[in-house]
Amino acid sequence: MDLVQLQRQFVDYRTSLYHEGFLDEQFTQLQELQDENNPDFVVEVVSLFFEDSERLLNELARALEQQSIDYKRIDAHVHQLKGSSSSIGAQRVQKVCIAFRNYCEEQNVEGCLKCLQQVRHEYSLVKTKLESLFQLEQQILTAGGSIPM
Amino acid sequence: MVMAASETKFHVLAVDDTLIDRKLIEKLLKTSSYQVTAVDSGTKALEFLGLNNNDHHDVEVNLIITDYCMPGMTGYDLLRKIKESSSFKDIPVVIMSSDNIPSRINRCLEDGAEEFFLKPVQLSDVNKLRPHLMKRRTQTNVNKRKAMDEIVSPDRTRARYNELEVK
Repeated sequence: MDLVQLQRQFVDYRTSLYHEGFLDEQFTQLQELQDENNPDFVVEVVSLFFEDSERLLNELARALEQQSIDYKRIDAHVHQLKGSSSSIGAQRVQKVCIAFRNYCEEQNVEGCLKCLQQVRHEYSLVKTKLESLFQLEQQILTAGGSIPM
Repeated sequence: MVMAASETKFHVLAVDDTLIDRKLIEKLLKTSSYQVTAVDSGTKALEFLGLNNNDHHDVEVNLIITDYCMPGMTGYDLLRKIKESSSFKDIPVVIMSSDNIPSRINRCLEDGAEEFFLKPVQLSDVNKLRPHLMKRRTQTNVNKRKAMDEIVSPDRTRARYNELEVK
């Protein structure tokens, strides 16, 4: 594939992520903050999000397995996940977190378990898609091109 | 590098327990040409200021921007400590929060916060810091006036106040 095709594929892919609600304008903000002084800024922040999310998802699974469920603790974890997903623009993950917090408040274990499953799913989707996006970027850079804004 | 006093960058102390948000706020501030120190707790912020050393401080901090929800000392607790300190009460404090809770916002603004930003913080929010910093730099007299009103709009603008003269 030549450079122009790669760039077009990149733009189309990125646009689809916004259309499908995987990413919102906060992700655009991150891209706009990236510059020559910090050329890996977006990848760095997103990597932190991946690490943080995986840790939180494990904590959540563990917390929901307990005999006596600590909803405050679960809410604290979901609050964190909501915050970090919002900070990078992972809109679908953020939305599930909002529902999740409501179930915590109601102390509804079924609702919480359902949300955990959903948030895991949404996280896994956005992770795959962001990794694909970064891969396309890398291919463009390797081919000597620049990333379309 | 020699700089004239008027060219010295403003120094902002950023406080947030979340690594991602610390990284973000640091980038936003650096992009706006501020010098930044980022710490992960209110306690560390106070240590950095030197508040625990009988108010002796070597660093000059021109503004503090802090997250609200932090374990241990919240952003609100930190705000109170700063405003109660004779050495640091004039440092402008800005609060950030991911939760849009009007009573929380109003309380922070009533107790001395200059601005309240909803997360994720944007460059347009950081642009609002400059007037607070410029005012301090050119001001020789401490005579603040805050306008107060109850309504907080659902977007990012801060609460407005009724007339309240602080002497």
